[in-house]
Amino acid sequence: MQDIVSSHTISVLVDNEPGILARVVGLFSGRGYNIESLTVAETDAKERLSRITIVTKGTPMIIEQIKAQLDRLVPVHRVRDLTVEGPHIERELALVKVKSTGEKRVEALRLADVFRAKVIDAKTDSFVFEVTGSSDKVQTFVGLMESLGVVDIGRTGIVAMSRGGEPL
Amino acid sequence: MKPEESATTGADLLVKALIDEEVEVVFGYPGGAVLPIYDSLFKQNRLRHILVRHEQAAVHAAEGYARSTGKVGVVLVTSGPGATNAVTGLTDALMDSIPIVCLTGQVPTHMIGNDAFQEADTTGITRPCTKHNYLVKAVGDLARTVHEGFYVARSGRPGPVVIDLPKDVLMNKHDYVAPKMPVQHKSYRPQVKPELKKVEQAIEMIANAKRPIIYAGGGVINAGPRASKLLTQFTRLTGIPITNTLMGLGSFPASDKQFLGMLGMHGTYEANLAMYHCDVMINIGARFDDRITGKLAEFSPKSKKIHVDIDPSSINKSVRVDLPIIGDAGQVLDDMLRIWKAKQPKLDQKALKAWWAEIEKWRARDCLAYKQGKETIKPQFALERLYHHIKDKDHYITTEVGQHQMWAAQFLKFEQPNRWMTSGGLGTMGYGFPAAMGVQIAHPDALVIDVAGEASILMNIQELSTVAQYHLPVKIFVLNNHYMGMVRQWQELLHGGRYSESYSDSLPDFVKLAEAFGAVGLRTGDPSELDGVIKEMIKIKKPVIVDVLVDEKENCFPMIPSGAAHYDMLLGPEDKAAKPISEEGMVLV
Ligand SMILES: Cc1cc2nc3c(=O)[nH]c(=O)nc-3n(C[C@H](O)[C@H](O)[C@H](O)COP(=O)(O)OP(=O)(O)OC[C@H]3O[C@@H](n4cnc5c(N)ncnc54)[C@H](O)[C@@H]3O)c2cc1C
Ligand SMILES: Cc1ncc(C[n+]2csc(CCOP(=O)(O)OP(=O)(O)O)c2C)c(N)n1
Ligand SMILES: [Mg+2]
Repeated sequence: MQDIVSSHTISVLVDNEPGILARVVGLFSGRGYNIESLTVAETDAKERLSRITIVTKGTPMIIEQIKAQLDRLVPVHRVRDLTVEGPHIERELALVKVKSTGEKRVEALRLADVFRAKVIDAKTDSFVFEVTGSSDKVQTFVGLMESLGVVDIGRTGIVAMSRGGEPL
Repeated sequence: MKPEESATTGADLLVKALIDEEVEVVFGYPGGAVLPIYDSLFKQNRLRHILVRHEQAAVHAAEGYARSTGKVGVVLVTSGPGATNAVTGLTDALMDSIPIVCLTGQVPTHMIGNDAFQEADTTGITRPCTKHNYLVKAVGDLARTVHEGFYVARSGRPGPVVIDLPKDVLMNKHDYVAPKMPVQHKSYRPQVKPELKKVEQAIEMIANAKRPIIYAGGGVINAGPRASKLLTQFTRLTGIPITNTLMGLGSFPASDKQFLGMLGMHGTYEANLAMYHCDVMINIGARFDDRITGKLAEFSPKSKKIHVDIDPSSINKSVRVDLPIIGDAGQVLDDMLRIWKAKQPKLDQKALKAWWAEIEKWRARDCLAYKQGKETIKPQFALERLYHHIKDKDHYITTEVGQHQMWAAQFLKFEQPNRWMTSGGLGTMGYGFPAAMGVQIAHPDALVIDVAGEASILMNIQELSTVAQYHLPVKIFVLNNHYMGMVRQWQELLHGGRYSESYSDSLPDFVKLAEAFGAVGLRTGDPSELDGVIKEMIKIKKPVIVDVLVDEKENCFPMIPSGAAHYDMLLGPEDKAAKPISEEGMVLV
């Protein structure tokens, strides 16, 4: 039981100051923790706060350590483990460039429609699709596109939020 | 008033801010990037600057100062090599939770990132070895950053803070605004008051224990001398046996019958067996270090564990505990004492008596026994004699790292907190001598002794020049076994006695070395002369190096080999053949 490794999505509210990302990333690499996905951007310009969303993996004891270690960084305001603190939603965005012609091009467009991916750039021999959704959905879309001429992929990593009216 | 008309430069501001933080001493070494600060220091007489001879020593001196006073130690070094030289000291302070503020010079802001002369990415390099660090980019932020830095260094679990100061920031002008004390930090507010409910639960667990033990560590020292007093009261009130970590020595009087000595790798038989067999463990301010736990799977398997710590990341880090209590050790002990007195719980006296009887049996093993002959001085004997002569004097002990350090922990008795400075977590050879300088600066009239090994002392020996300059009568008591003894001991145990590179060859003549720096050198290898030499050392009001030639072959026991369990202790040289070290143990340090 204690050794079961599971994935956790952790939201961290931090001061948006130089070096903060290095602090967080350095903590993970220095202590040998995994980062499966990490996103960061300023979310409160007035208070100069950023929100970091980290997906990490570990035994319950390691996850507990990760949260405690994050929380003791001086510029960290709050650490929340969305995975254990009730239901939450996760979204990821990907840009997928497909270069193909003929039947493959048509099939790509058709699949994009099924996944509700938007065409945000089009040339006669290429498309750039924008797809959002759970990581699973994005992964499936990217996987399907593989055989249809994918030449470039960009993914944001996961952003997440708890359900209901409570803030972080 | 426009900024350029205000009289204060960044450097002056910095000095003002330090004075407002009640700083008295700065340990430092100058260079181009910090010249404005040295100029400001020159023009005032509130702050005393101690010029060390290597920046690593500046940090260790500040650590000694901090640990012996409870104040924040302050360091000032230049950019580039000044900052990189300080890194070992900073890491040491981080590992041992010592409050330090280290001011580093930096190239001017417009040159940062250009590989400028003596530029180093100081905040980048020191990020993993500080509690927090800052790069001040505008003079307007300087004073506030300094005050915040002191707050961070001393609050919660203490630690080192670096403040990187570009030269233009030091020369630009700005008005000084005195800080509002105490600093209100927007995100860093460690919990110091424990949850009362948890303390009540702890008291209940202790009251129902049959084989309890208190395991107290450096956190009690961090919590201030009052915490040690409370710990002593609580321990005596309950009659529970107590052991200390290396970092916790002095938090409970060593001469007390309830004290089982240090625990862990080189801890006593009784302390380690009591930890193994206890049913309730009360950890106060200790972090289940691997020197303590040995083989994790067999660490105190039958006990319920209470863990009092100010840092939530210390909880369940390596050992899972049953009742964590987050808070300052002093405050928690306050509550524990109060609740205990109010509830007056009845410990099972019969069980406690039986527990003590068992402990006394282990104690009777006399695990620290050694045989002193007529020919050579045993290191243990040297320390026992040293203690005999200093015990009634106001004294402080620092150490280097190695066998001598462990013997010092075993054979010197610490009756009070803040009297024992040693590098525990990082194990930094070269720590003890500069740390002793820092202690001596803080306590000019006390007897300050660095218990050293002949190898370690060479790592910061240049500081003889500093003690000469400031007339610091620090005593260096070298247990000279002509070996990196601790390394040799492991080679004996793990590598078939192949003493690869662990012989201390080409040592200096320590007596002449002392004399070259205006200090006094003494030497003896004769057990019958030892007392006389120690007495003379104490009498001399100057720095002294005592070169004590000790038995070269002596090893430090007891020893729990790495990866072994508490009951697998080696009690003496005869033991090692019987118990080969496991392969898992071989890879551990
Ligand atoms: C050669 C060598 C051999 C060694 N052998 C041994 C040995 O045999 N036995 C031994 O004990 N050590 C030994 N050590 C030292 C060991 O490596 C550790 O440094 C030491 O055991 C840690 O002590 P500690 O657990 O008291 O923790 P510290 O490092 O002192 O940490 C203090 C703990 O208390 C907490 N704390 C801080 N402030 C407060 C507060 N105000 N209130 C509450 N909690 C607070 C901190 O968060 C932390 O968890 C050895 C070191 C060397 C170099
Ligand atoms: C800076 C540093 N380098 C290496 C070590 C590894 N080390 C630990 S103890 C030791 C030998 C110390 O020898 P000495 O100072 O003579 O002490 P003794 O063990 O002989 O008492 C060494 C090399 C260390 N702790 N610190
Ligand atoms: Mg030696």
